[in-house]
Amino acid sequence: MSATRTRRMAMLSVAGVSALALALTGCTAGGSENEDGSVTLSVLVDNGESTVTLFDALGEAFTEANPDITIDVETRPPGAEGDNLIKTKLSTGEMNDVFFYNTGSLLQALNPDDTLVNLSEEEWVGTLDENFAESAGTDDAIYGAPGGSSMGGVMLYNKDIYAELGLEIPKTWDEFMANNQKILDSGVAAPVIQTYADTWSSQLFVLGDFYNVSAEDPDWAAEYTANNRKYAEEPALHGFEDLQAVHDAGYLNEDFASATYDDGVRMISEGAGAHYPMLTFAAPAISANYPDAVDTVGAFPIPGRDASKNGLTVWMPSALYIPKSTEGATLDAAKKFLAFVASTDGCDVMNEQAAPTGPYVVEGCELPEEVPALVSDMQPYFDSGDTGLALEFVSPVKGPALEQLTVTAGSGIDTAESAAAKYDEDVKKQAQQLGLEGW
Amino acid sequence: MSTQTAVLVAGGDTKSQRRLHRDSNRPTGRKNSTYPRWFYLPAGVFYFVLFIVPTGASFYFALTRWTLFDVEFIGFDNFIAFFNEQALVQSFINTFIYAFLTSSAKVVLGMALGLLLASQILGRGFLRSVIFFPVLVSTIGVGVTFKALMDPFDGVINQALATIGIAGPGWLTDPAWALISVALVDIWKGVGLATLIYLAGIAAIPQEYSEAARVDGANAWNNFWHITLPLLRPATATVVLLSLIGGLRSFDLIWTMTKGGPGFSSDVIASMIYKQYQSGFFGLSTAGNVILFVVVAAVVFPLFAWLNRGEKDL
Repeated sequence: MSATRTRRMAMLSVAGVSALALALTGCTAGGSENEDGSVTLSVLVDNGESTVTLFDALGEAFTEANPDITIDVETRPPGAEGDNLIKTKLSTGEMNDVFFYNTGSLLQALNPDDTLVNLSEEEWVGTLDENFAESAGTDDAIYGAPGGSSMGGVMLYNKDIYAELGLEIPKTWDEFMANNQKILDSGVAAPVIQTYADTWSSQLFVLGDFYNVSAEDPDWAAEYTANNRKYAEEPALHGFEDLQAVHDAGYLNEDFASATYDDGVRMISEGAGAHYPMLTFAAPAISANYPDAVDTVGAFPIPGRDASKNGLTVWMPSALYIPKSTEGATLDAAKKFLAFVASTDGCDVMNEQAAPTGPYVVEGCELPEEVPALVSDMQPYFDSGDTGLALEFVSPVKGPALEQLTVTAGSGIDTAESAAAKYDEDVKKQAQQLGLEGW
Repeated sequence: MSTQTAVLVAGGDTKSQRRLHRDSNRPTGRKNSTYPRWFYLPAGVFYFVLFIVPTGASFYFALTRWTLFDVEFIGFDNFIAFFNEQALVQSFINTFIYAFLTSSAKVVLGMALGLLLASQILGRGFLRSVIFFPVLVSTIGVGVTFKALMDPFDGVINQALATIGIAGPGWLTDPAWALISVALVDIWKGVGLATLIYLAGIAAIPQEYSEAARVDGANAWNNFWHITLPLLRPATATVVLLSLIGGLRSFDLIWTMTKGGPGFSSDVIASMIYKQYQSGFFGLSTAGNVILFVVVAAVVFPLFAWLNRGEKDL
């Protein structure tokens, strides 16, 4: 083999490998500062219809006040697929300038101390609700600006059915089951709606019961994070037992296994079902699709064992974050946008766009005069302070298979005890992945 | 190249002998090869970068706790965790039920349809394309369509059954039915390909055999049992292998139709792995993929050897 040939071969292989490497890495995210000094901010949000319209409106209002910054809304899939996209984008440095994502345990899984810009020096941080500040940050920092209002994990109920049958809002689980029996006997509607085709919707009996768990055992969340409490034990087991109880008693809608969340919203609005355990984020869907039901669908906390400890489990809104890959003029623009969203101007835009799902977490932000009944029904609990954060905001430990396990416990495939024990096994993986002590 | 390898593999000779062989063979070897050896380089680089490197990397990452942000080496803990997964045993069983159900049905139905469509029947060309059509449709499309058709209350299937007085099961919502329902759809979708392979196999059997047999007094059954069936062995081997591999790593149809539900009752290994990946357990799901790789190889290689064993006798 001659020398020239060898060299040509070497050159060819170098060219081939580098071409491949180029193709594989792809181009990196380009800067978004334009030549005339204006900035285009790329904002990644989930593709829910209400989220997209909200952020389009927020962007428009923001650009009106800051003409040199435009907001470009990009969408991502929701759920676990979206979680993955966010993680991949963050770890490869390809994240958009700003992104909208959950607070609480899902945020913790993003390694925020390494990947996100610390916002604790921003002015608006002082106006945040304490619970939100805790959920949108770590011990050392705050990373998120609230992009919505808080939510309750509640029992939606149809007020017309309650009025017709002369029922009272139950304060305990036994009263709740007694109401269900009366509804079943009357034959007017299915006592409890479940929609297992959208598996996530099956988790509310467990997740929404957390106020009752921590009312009974105030240290539960911290001890759970340290691997000293289990779902297979009282009081947390109640959530799984309740799920099994409504199924075994025959209180569920006939098509519970194949119904979807949209079906559930329709049934509770039209009175085909009396109760639907759900987050109050159903409020925009109800007011948009079933305007007649805005005053018909009410809410009460998921009842526990003790009437004296009746209270509401609360979810914090998702937040806007800035990844560390955003720098320079783009970073300044991104901070401005977050400050706008976390201001009363931001809340005004949100109030115009869709029915709020609960009280705001920014000081000075007020709910509009007219809110759906299910939102105003929560207000007394906030006023009296009978609220507590959902587990995912006070502990980073949440297992991925909960929604499948709640389906098995809630449709007779498995017992409550067995499903809860399996869930305890499931969370182990998450705790180990997060590198928590004691697992 | 081929001669050289053959000599090297033949073995048994001493090192010097081998060198002798190689030296004497080399010029001929190169002359026999159509292309200079560096022509293989581009394909080789692609193969190395896109197949060998990721495969090697996956064996490493299977031994780590990997969050995408950082990697921690944890030995075989992922494999232990995977085998401790409650749903895993069920998903293993489900995978084998699914794979054997679909591949055996495709063999039986594919052969029957192949024999039917190879005979002189009316509208043969049309019937052949009808059978093959589902193969061309996207799996996701098929899954979404059948999910709607199999809805326990509003679905066409149960409504049709109701008109003749049968209360259909919750095809995809009853844990006892979910996996079987998906397998049935898989068979419907895949039987066209099996039929096509059998049609080609049947066309390759010389007519003389059956003519000779008929002269000897063989009836249609003897003809099928002693001539067609044995001579279709290569076609059967292809169908079994293709559908078994497809069945063992099946994912798209199951995910579209049930997402492994209700609960875990239609989960297979591939959907379990996908869920681990979705949850961000990248090391664990990579370990699952390594397990799947080993399982598929352990089933398919012996089967492949066994199915092809008799081929030479034909």
